[in-house]
Amino acid sequence: MYFVRRLIFAIPLLLVISSLAFALVHLAPGGPFDRERAPASPEIERNLRAAYHLDEPVWKQYLRFFGLVWDRDADGRWHHAPASFNISYKYRSHRVSDIVGQALPVSMTLGVLAFGFAMCVGLPLGFITAARRGRWPDYAGSFLAILAVCVPGFVVGPLLILIFSIKLHWLPVALWESPAHMILPAIALGLFFSGKIARLFREGLLATVQSEFIAAARAKGLGENRLLLKHAVRIAILPVVSFSGPMLADLLTGSFVIENIFQIPGIGVFFINSALNSDYTVAVDLALLYAILLIVLNLMVDFSYTLLDPRVKYE
Amino acid sequence: MSESGNSGRAGSPLAAAKAENGAHGVTRPTYISPGRNAWQRFRRNRLAVLSAWYLAFLLLAIFAWPMVLKLSDATFAQAHNPDQLSDAQFSTPSAQHWFGTDLHGRDLFSRVLFGAQISLLVGVVGAGISLVIGVLWGAIAGYVGGRTDSILMRIVDVLYSLPTIIFVIVLITTLGEMLKQSHFVGSSPALAGVLRVTLLFVGLGAVSWLTMARIVRGQVLSLRSRAFVDASRALGAGPVRILARHIIPNIFGIVITYLALTMPAIILYESFLSYLGLGVQPPMASWGTLIAEGVGQINPIRIYWWLIAFPGGVLVTTLLALNFLGDGLRDAWDVKSK
Amino acid sequence: MWRNSFCCLLVFAACLLDSGCVRREPPADVTLINNAEPETLDPAILSGIPEFRIVMGNLFEGLTRLDPKTARPIPGLAQGWDISPDSCTYTFYLRTNLVWSTGEPLTADDIVWSWLRAASPATASDYAGEFFYLKNGEDFVTGKIKNPALVGVHAVDKFTVRVELTHPTPFFLDLCALPVMSVVPRQTIEKYGDRWLMAQPLPVSGPFELAYWRPNDKVRLKKNPLYWDAANTPSQLIDILPLGSPDTALNLYENGQVDIVLDRTLVPGELLDLLRKRPDFHPFNYLGTYFIRLNVTHKPFDDPRVRRALALAIDKELIVAKITRAGERPAATLVPPWTANYASPPGLGYDPALARTLLAEAGYPGGKGFPRFEYMFDAAAGGGSKIHQDIAIELQQMWRDNLGIQMDLRQVEWKVLLGSYSHLDYETARSSWIGDYNDANTFLDCFTSNNGNNRTGWKNTRYDALISEANGQTDLKKREQLFQQAETLLVHDEMPIIPIFYYAGLNYFDTNRIQGFFQNILDDHPLEYLRKANPKSKAQSSN
Repeated sequence: MYFVRRLIFAIPLLLVISSLAFALVHLAPGGPFDRERAPASPEIERNLRAAYHLDEPVWKQYLRFFGLVWDRDADGRWHHAPASFNISYKYRSHRVSDIVGQALPVSMTLGVLAFGFAMCVGLPLGFITAARRGRWPDYAGSFLAILAVCVPGFVVGPLLILIFSIKLHWLPVALWESPAHMILPAIALGLFFSGKIARLFREGLLATVQSEFIAAARAKGLGENRLLLKHAVRIAILPVVSFSGPMLADLLTGSFVIENIFQIPGIGVFFINSALNSDYTVAVDLALLYAILLIVLNLMVDFSYTLLDPRVKYE
Repeated sequence: MSESGNSGRAGSPLAAAKAENGAHGVTRPTYISPGRNAWQRFRRNRLAVLSAWYLAFLLLAIFAWPMVLKLSDATFAQAHNPDQLSDAQFSTPSAQHWFGTDLHGRDLFSRVLFGAQISLLVGVVGAGISLVIGVLWGAIAGYVGGRTDSILMRIVDVLYSLPTIIFVIVLITTLGEMLKQSHFVGSSPALAGVLRVTLLFVGLGAVSWLTMARIVRGQVLSLRSRAFVDASRALGAGPVRILARHIIPNIFGIVITYLALTMPAIILYESFLSYLGLGVQPPMASWGTLIAEGVGQINPIRIYWWLIAFPGGVLVTTLLALNFLGDGLRDAWDVKSK
Repeated sequence: MWRNSFCCLLVFAACLLDSGCVRREPPADVTLINNAEPETLDPAILSGIPEFRIVMGNLFEGLTRLDPKTARPIPGLAQGWDISPDSCTYTFYLRTNLVWSTGEPLTADDIVWSWLRAASPATASDYAGEFFYLKNGEDFVTGKIKNPALVGVHAVDKFTVRVELTHPTPFFLDLCALPVMSVVPRQTIEKYGDRWLMAQPLPVSGPFELAYWRPNDKVRLKKNPLYWDAANTPSQLIDILPLGSPDTALNLYENGQVDIVLDRTLVPGELLDLLRKRPDFHPFNYLGTYFIRLNVTHKPFDDPRVRRALALAIDKELIVAKITRAGERPAATLVPPWTANYASPPGLGYDPALARTLLAEAGYPGGKGFPRFEYMFDAAAGGGSKIHQDIAIELQQMWRDNLGIQMDLRQVEWKVLLGSYSHLDYETARSSWIGDYNDANTFLDCFTSNNGNNRTGWKNTRYDALISEANGQTDLKKREQLFQQAETLLVHDEMPIIPIFYYAGLNYFDTNRIQGFFQNILDDHPLEYLRKANPKSKAQSSN
């Protein structure tokens, strides 16, 4: 019931987000049709703006975005205007749904792979640094984890390419054509998050180990490693899980930096370019997509809390 | 057995004192204030102390360098002026130019130090802004509770769901335009430049306060039901007084910690914006712009390694130091951890 | 923890399965890198260079096309033409065996319909201005007359098109090769409207069909077997990739994953001095000029002495040697010296002493009292070329050292810069112009008083008179002289713009592997001649 209520509440939330995003992109200077060559006549420019309804007040464009506007044509008849959320000002031959349909699966694949990498590296690293706290594996591991968080992504990418593609010739340099092409981008993208996960998991473990139920388990006589594994991990992983929600949302909606460096046809590049080029509809569409993903993922995260930590209950 | 049962509380000062003096001792237990206690624990963390020294040294270098330039003779000052172009393009690190030069023949060492000013300022001011907004927001939400809390946190949820990059791009470009209009009205161009950089700080801080607000709210919620707050209220203190004198000082530790951890995130975000071409405007340089320029050196043909190694190395080292410092502070203030 | 790793492994496996969905398709014969994602492939609407490269002469053809080596117009869809003695009437004779790639015959009516569509205000073409040369063309484009039959292009019969011009236009045949004047499929457009390019099958008139167009991924062209010259088209499949980052382009090229790098901006600037020495580096003179735009409606740039002082204080040799480094030539004029039918007059050189004198005359001796002003330029997002910023930094120092004036840099997004041009909302800005056709008029026409591309606020009736008189001339020598006088007015006396250098183009490819790819001043590379030699060596090098 709680989750159904959250889902229902999400709808007005999405409306608010869409109107905020819509207002924001319309505030930015420069329109989508500023061109390098001047239009041959003012009439042409007027026609262009009128064809895309850019001469209307912003609130009306907003309604048109959702398909809630009826137009009167030359004969005086009313007909329903198609919803403009599917029209891009920059890619005039494509529908936004086509573009997203092609680009989103790519970003999602990359995101899932990066997530997998981050988990597979971050969780063991966090575990080791917590289990061997205060000794050299902790120092080394923590240093590596924090290092991963400190190097900007647009430096990591080219470094990986230089080493693994150009010098060693193990992997291709860029593009997205085969499983081999996916390895470097996934690593470059996941490295930052693996460091964060390692730190969060370590914190979670260290905090959990102090709590009472662990003391109880220790009193029962369990060995240290099994103790940690069986009991602490379930609770300690909660911070990681709650971080996973926004992390996955970020990963799945594409990373501009990685997609730019590796020339991957994902959705991150569309996102940034639409904001920079005043491609209003695409920017709002993608903002909504991000919000929807975030809401769904947060719901899943909250649900997994109930599975992991029996103390958590929702009314 | 009871010893191990108390292991979780071994760190608290009272217990230590008790253990010292024995259960039958008559002497008064020495009281160590939480602040001093934290400081002692911090000092034991070697990595954090090292980081603190490094940051202090960096700050010293940043403040001292412009004075060194002003006091030195003309040739030295001109060679090391970060804005001075010269014909010595791409020269390797040498006695003349300690970090080498770039495409325009500008001294890289000087640029890195002057860039440090901007980057650290961005980090501090951005984190400061997120601090102020986040603490106030979270404290009010947590303390007042009820419907106000609900509304305030809902707003945080909405803002959390907005992809920040759109917001930042629009903020920077729109307010940049508005600034330009006012420039034509007559304010000095130098002021416009400073205002533009300030805009960057504000933008970055404005997108980072959300997490701080949530954390502060959580802390305040747990604090306000504590006994000393009830006592204060019983004595007739108003909400503002309670907030100011009791709650906020008690969240001080956690706030400082997150500050030290937010700064690296903001500095990294600024470097991302520089990569997009939206960060600090030329001729001002920050580490982000230096690195964005230098990243082109990672190529298979010829690597002018100093253009990426020095700015990158300094950035990574500083961020590492900030992270270690933040971790050290958190470990020191958090009484529960060993 | 094992459970977590196991889950990770599951996720990995699922993804690898999903990645099997990555389409397995035959590799292209040749892969080129274009520098940006094309906004549209509709020849009437497109205006950017990346779009030109894909469409012009490849997907849709016009009456003429450009010779790949000389960039002069040669017969395209038309096999020949007659020009009347007054040079105002052209009669084109189409080939009789023309068909669309879907099999329907292509006739003169298609040409006329395509031209009228491009000229129509409803289409909002950026190149509609080229129809001003036709009789009644300007009135039709600006909407003063509504009847398209009045425009000076008619289909005399199935294979003959007659065109009437308002005045002699020596470059008209070059214009006929432009995409805006190429033929487009009427039935498809009438059926599908705005999204006609997504129609399957898409009828094309050029040597290549559009196999598919995946935004930000690639454009794939496949050979059109029904093209009239299909016998001479060696390649079957050509891929065109949009790329923004010069470093990625270089890596892909070095790794053998792409064959040709087309654009100057995709070559990392800092490495140019090394890259220039390699045999696969092919430079050429490009029909374009990089200049500084001055807003003459804004004080103190309303004084020509100030503008000339600014120009004289720029050491252009330094800029091309230190910053751009691709072998550009410093420019004293707007029209590049390799333009057809034209020899450039001398412009202003580098003379800081004279610059200081002029500035003093204008009332700012030693730069005292000269207000701080802004120089606008665009930023490159995501690792793109920083050349505008680099040039700006040098300019700032030059003006400060030579004139004692303070210029502030102002970096903005591309769209914002364009908006500032149109609204005259800048003080000085970086700019450039690439010629549409091989004649001086394409440059000089822009700065007539009412031309939308002027964007400096400069109006000069004498200049306008010279340009229109030149365009009425049939004698090429007299025409050249008039243009020279006009250009002297523009870049020597008045200077609303300050030319910096003429563009040098670059193509990167290995001549041992790629043939049929030539350099010309318009950077036009009809792909139909492109051939990859020794297909075996490609398989070896591109592991």
